[in-house]
Amino acid sequence: MKLRLSDEDARFRDEMREFFTTRFPEHIRAKVLARGELTKDDIVESQQALNAEGLAVPNWPVEWGGRDWTQLQRHLWHEEMQLAGVPIPLAFNASMIGPVIAAFGSQEMKERFLPKTANLDIWWSQGFSEPDAGSDLASLRTTAVRDGDEYVVNGQKTWTTLGQYGDWIFTLVRTDPNVKKQAGISMLLIDMTTPGLTVRPIELIDGGHEVNEVFFEDVRVPAENLVGEENKGWTYAKFLLGNERVGVAPVGTTKRWLADAKEAAGDRLADPVLANRVAELENELLALELTALRVVAHSAEGKPHPASSVLKLRGTELQQAVTELYVDLAGPWALASGAGEGSSAPDWARVSTPQYLNFRKASIYGGSNEVQRQIISGTILGL
Amino acid sequence: MDFTYDSETVALRDAVRGLLGKAYPSSEDRRGTTNTEPGFDEKVWGRLAELGSLGLPFSEDDGGAGAGPVEVSIVAEEIGRVLAPEPYVESVVLAGGLVAAAGTAEQRADVLGRLSAGENVLLPALLDSGQPVSASGEGESVTLTGAKEPVLHGARADQLVVSAVTDRGVELFLVDGDAEGLTRTGYRTFDGGRAARIELDGTPAVRLGEQGDRSAAIDEVLAAARIAYSHEALGAMEVALGQTVEYLKTRKQFGVPLNTFQALTFRAADLYVSMELARSTVMWATLVLADAPERAAEAASRAKAIVSRTSRHIGQEAIQLHGGIGMTAEYSVGHYTSRLTALDHWLGDGADHRAVLAASVRDHGVLEPLA
Repeated sequence: MKLRLSDEDARFRDEMREFFTTRFPEHIRAKVLARGELTKDDIVESQQALNAEGLAVPNWPVEWGGRDWTQLQRHLWHEEMQLAGVPIPLAFNASMIGPVIAAFGSQEMKERFLPKTANLDIWWSQGFSEPDAGSDLASLRTTAVRDGDEYVVNGQKTWTTLGQYGDWIFTLVRTDPNVKKQAGISMLLIDMTTPGLTVRPIELIDGGHEVNEVFFEDVRVPAENLVGEENKGWTYAKFLLGNERVGVAPVGTTKRWLADAKEAAGDRLADPVLANRVAELENELLALELTALRVVAHSAEGKPHPASSVLKLRGTELQQAVTELYVDLAGPWALASGAGEGSSAPDWARVSTPQYLNFRKASIYGGSNEVQRQIISGTILGL
Repeated sequence: MDFTYDSETVALRDAVRGLLGKAYPSSEDRRGTTNTEPGFDEKVWGRLAELGSLGLPFSEDDGGAGAGPVEVSIVAEEIGRVLAPEPYVESVVLAGGLVAAAGTAEQRADVLGRLSAGENVLLPALLDSGQPVSASGEGESVTLTGAKEPVLHGARADQLVVSAVTDRGVELFLVDGDAEGLTRTGYRTFDGGRAARIELDGTPAVRLGEQGDRSAAIDEVLAAARIAYSHEALGAMEVALGQTVEYLKTRKQFGVPLNTFQALTFRAADLYVSMELARSTVMWATLVLADAPERAAEAASRAKAIVSRTSRHIGQEAIQLHGGIGMTAEYSVGHYTSRLTALDHWLGDGADHRAVLAASVRDHGVLEPLA
């Protein structure tokens, strides 16, 4: 048992902090720190700046641009990015499909996709959820039927985040309807410019366009775009979702939001009721961060600690609690989301309500918090 | 940064767990002990001494083992797991800690040596009852007048460490349990423990160390005790949660085990989340105490604040998920809730410590745990 980072890890953290705060594109950080919205170009520029330093995909195998870091170092890298206001690399590329291709794809597929995926030259979208397959993902119905050297894909995907920017989409499709539902699923990579594929926006309650529906009508996909083996898609999906869960406890971002909320509150923190609320949030967030550190220290390579469900569950609850705090701090300014130039509404107050509404998503995506409770009670407690 | 115990610490844990498991194999055995005076088992106290547990934090020159907060936390957690009624944290961390912090070399060697050997049940009397204790006389020998209450296990103490207000601030004094002018009125507490009202009327006492204000030393010792008690609570919460999960697997209603009902298993999942978050914070607080003592008071408040909330969550749900059986004295789980309630309200409850944290919330931006 020891409290402090080793000299080596402390040096590592300082190097990360130095790069993120002094050599990363400042205009992007400024936008993030002001809780503004990033454009597609911002996100691409950000990832390419990281990739140029070997900091975009450290979790990948070394031969494809990964770094041979310890779990703790990955954690520090991830935290320092968030604290500095550096956008974390696009999850669809860096933590979802990249590791899957690296682990299960053919050599040809790796060479074709991995360098461009790391550098965000290809923007990936995720085609998993369907209107009737949410938490029960394995009941998905989009089909892929083999026809010579191609698969013919029909069906619909939904909740495709930033699908409007997508070049390619990794999908789960049913290739065998006659077996147990998990056993008939394959993973296909589909070029989003293929005829028969259409993307339709879904407007959300915050007024933003973040997610989409993706329709497939006789979309012809070369058979070489099958990841790994046919009907093994569920295995790859579980691998992918396991990685997703680790990254969805954004401790650093929530810490920064909370610190900024104190700034926004200013003298009002003299009110003991408000100070108590902030102090409690801060303490709960500390507990989450320390739990993340414990999980990191105990994770065997590539196998998330079962308590990572705790991180997802509690991490998203606290993230939501801080967005709620902002709305409360904004008071009547919480309504001024559409205020333009000349308005007296502070910038943080203008974004407070859309962000609060937007982050209701956090306890739903990445395996809803009810799914996490199911994992905890089943896998950890044996209930 | 490392949250794992080394092999020596694990060996200590296993030894203490073995000893206490034999002493209190069941809740009924523990009840047998708490139902007879003095409310704990003197033989178990002796065995804890033989194992070296009572002298863990004291220097070898003072008759101790020279170990640190991590080792103490291990013993406290094992005490909590079986609800052992021996006054471990009171005696070793609080009273012993005060003597270690304030006593002269001679006093330390004598008092802590006998405490470590199990020959001196040393207990702290710090809380004023409304009649503050005052000291008259200069030098080493003084007399004390006033009252302290509640003093945990005060009626059984061989020796008391009493705080008193003097011209110099707060000072600490040793009072023998059989001193003249000392009246001790003991009573039972709801959790099977013991407390007492201690009245001092010109009672002879010996000053700990040189003359001078001891407030800072008292605060440091209180922080260490809060962290140790938090570990005691962790041990109790872990067992209460484990028993509850086991009960959900075995208890049948409507012809099926209770774990068939998601309304119940989801609540168990929430208890597990609470437990893990509290454990992380309390382990961190112990590491702060060991490696960054200047932050120990803050860490102690953080630990107490989260343990208060968690112990209420787990304590209340453990009974509810058991149903009526959890209410009975014969069954163990309710005793855990009872003990957790006592620990919560000792040395500041959750609201007190949240208020402490709230008062300093503007002193920092982002909270850094590894600083």
